[in-house]
Amino acid sequence: MMDLMTLIPVLDSTIRLSTPLLLACLAGLFSERAGVFDIGLEGKMLMAAFFSAAIASVTGSVWLGLLAGIASSMVLAGLHGLASITFRGNQLISGVAINFLAAGITVLIAQHWFHQGGRTPSLIGAGRFSPIELPLAGPLSGVPVLGPVYSDLLSGHSVLVYIAFLAVPATWWVLYRTRFGLRLRAVGENPAAVDTSGVSVVGMRYAAVAICGLLCGIAGAYLATALQAGFVKDMTAGRGFIALAALIFAKWRPWHAMWACLLFGFLQAVALRYQNIDIGGVVIPVQVMDALPYILTVVILAGFVGKAIPPRAGGEPYVKER
Amino acid sequence: MSDTSPAIELRGISKAFGPVQANKDISIRVMPGTIHGIIGENGAGKSTLMSILYGFYKADAGEVFINGRKTEIPDSQAAISAGIGMVFQHFKLVETFTVLENVILGAEEGRLLRPSLARARKVLAELAVEYELNVDPDARIDQIGVGMQQRVEILKALYRQADILILDEPTGVLTPPEADHLFRILDNLRAEGKTIILITHKLREIMDITDTVSVMRRGEMTATVKTAETTPEELAELMVGRKVLLRVDKAPATPGKMVLEVKNLRVRDDQRVERVKGVDLNLRAGEILGIAGVAGNGQSELLEVLGGMRPATGTVTLNGTTLKLEGRGSDGQSRRAAGIAHVPEDRQREGLIMEFHAWENVAFGYHHDPAFCRGPLMVNAALVRDTEAKMEKFDVRPPDPALAAKNFSGGNQQKIVVAREIERNPDLLLVGQPTRGVDIGAIEFIHKQIVALRDQGAAVLLVSVELDEILALSDRIAVMFDGRLMGERLPDQTDERELGLLMAGVSGAAA
Repeated sequence: MMDLMTLIPVLDSTIRLSTPLLLACLAGLFSERAGVFDIGLEGKMLMAAFFSAAIASVTGSVWLGLLAGIASSMVLAGLHGLASITFRGNQLISGVAINFLAAGITVLIAQHWFHQGGRTPSLIGAGRFSPIELPLAGPLSGVPVLGPVYSDLLSGHSVLVYIAFLAVPATWWVLYRTRFGLRLRAVGENPAAVDTSGVSVVGMRYAAVAICGLLCGIAGAYLATALQAGFVKDMTAGRGFIALAALIFAKWRPWHAMWACLLFGFLQAVALRYQNIDIGGVVIPVQVMDALPYILTVVILAGFVGKAIPPRAGGEPYVKER
Repeated sequence: MSDTSPAIELRGISKAFGPVQANKDISIRVMPGTIHGIIGENGAGKSTLMSILYGFYKADAGEVFINGRKTEIPDSQAAISAGIGMVFQHFKLVETFTVLENVILGAEEGRLLRPSLARARKVLAELAVEYELNVDPDARIDQIGVGMQQRVEILKALYRQADILILDEPTGVLTPPEADHLFRILDNLRAEGKTIILITHKLREIMDITDTVSVMRRGEMTATVKTAETTPEELAELMVGRKVLLRVDKAPATPGKMVLEVKNLRVRDDQRVERVKGVDLNLRAGEILGIAGVAGNGQSELLEVLGGMRPATGTVTLNGTTLKLEGRGSDGQSRRAAGIAHVPEDRQREGLIMEFHAWENVAFGYHHDPAFCRGPLMVNAALVRDTEAKMEKFDVRPPDPALAAKNFSGGNQQKIVVAREIERNPDLLLVGQPTRGVDIGAIEFIHKQIVALRDQGAAVLLVSVELDEILALSDRIAVMFDGRLMGERLPDQTDERELGLLMAGVSGAAA
């Protein structure tokens, strides 16, 4: 079997690859718990990936890039809110439109600004998030087992990775321990109950969609400025949809969402590391490994993994009944 | 503020939804510390008026005075601040939340939940003692019955310190004992000086508990009288605008040959939960068997099986022939061919297609009839003529076969369904909730038609949650509780009390 020294690099890249999934998954969690379905996670991430890379490239500051990414993602989130909350449109169609819009507009602007075939220039130096060394990572690396786990696995990631994983307990706390969370969950289950309690359904849903935009923005910025070094066409590669699958798998619960994202991240990491696996003379081609996370997504979305009951008012615009 | 200023005064309230004038220049005064009933048929505008008072809708014109002071109520928050609480007909509860979480929702103090929950727990315990409002604060809403859920709604209002409580059709979902308990709670609240507005279409409730009653008809307030100085007959006339027969006139039944025999019928619902747990029943030609019970005790599933909408196990015999209960030959079409007609419980979902013309709806289920077909084609003109005839006979208004089903009122929609089923002269008529959401005038008409069909020799199986209806129509009454029949009674040898106990599962009652 694999020993620690071969396992740690795989787990290390699991964490890196899970991070954008986790951020997008939590983004979807806030939105869908409030009753607004969002298949536009993908588009928002892509938009944020482009604008973060573009602004980081132009200004040389990754932090300005991050802000630009978040802002662009939140603009799309606002658009989704306008269509599905204010104008009570179909949430799926609005989401699809946002994905198309992002896929087209990112490449278009990239070509217009940088003339590099729809990509941004490679980011260097302060234009990228660099790894953070956790305290005592160096001295502790000699300790057996725990040392490598701490210094090679947990230490040495960019700040966004730590933000993503800290967002899990934060999300749990907000949802289950605060007034805001109570109202947010209520508005996804029975908006009429919230309305008759004197709380604005529209306000709650916009707040949820805004948080969704914020988290998608961080996810997209992470892709372009930490995981990679720049924007390329369609670089999200379906991660928004994998995050949705993870959200359903997790039944819209924060801690479960983290484990689901780690599972998907692990599959991606394995596919990256073991390109052609040889099992007893039969070689599994690389394409099969690359396809694994997507196959699992399909399996989960097809409902093979238990019955996932979504928030009851999910997908339905709120209209006071007659 | 003098003692005589009303708790609520509405002046000249008007509200239109598109072309429909739901409320027309309505004025009303509700005195503090009283129970004020508002009665009217479905669609008379009662709920609209109260939704305006609760800030759920905005009135087109008119003024609201609370305790003598002019008050603007633009949203529910304003109504709550003015001391108004509302218990809606369809509860506004979050089913996945606990009682406590539902109570504090929107009335939390501070951003963190823990202190709010602790305070609400204390307040609920006090209210439970004060008003007989006992509820387990940690129970999840989807795990408690509707009676309990209603108490949660009342607690929500009291927790927000409501002095004025509006209840919209509160007894529709309750068993008679639960309704009695509710009225005791309302009595206690009145004794504490709270003002209560009770909206209902049940005359008996108005007579039992209210101090004053206002009658609404077609969006207008037609009268306000002291309850002690009026009679049910007078109120019914005010509601409908003409004299109404409150009882059904019918001759004693003359049962003929056996039509329907059901033995050990068992039905599972879509979640594989057993909802009918071994039912036996017999029904002869020329009699009406009424099945009473609180909604959700298996009556709906029983009707659906007999109507061919759901598979089951057991034996069902119709006129000596055994019916298939599963697979091919157990569908609605086969049932109709066998002589069963079905007026389903939910006319809007199962009885009609709301977007379709009336004549298309009248054709459903019988569209294979050679009289209306030429080869594979339907002869629309024949169907339209047939529908015109039925509409005239059943007094459907407006008598326009080309109008979409959704554009008829509830009563006229139901008349279309009843006309379609009864006019086929079935051997067995299945009727579920024939008068739910139907105005008094149409109720009277539909009841007459059902009795007329019985007198022609058809067997009728009636399922209704309205005890009045069961008592008025049935020749025999069976009560269903938790998927079983709790024994049979004859209508003239039982009363609401006994049936109510059976409906609550108390079988020892004078068995």
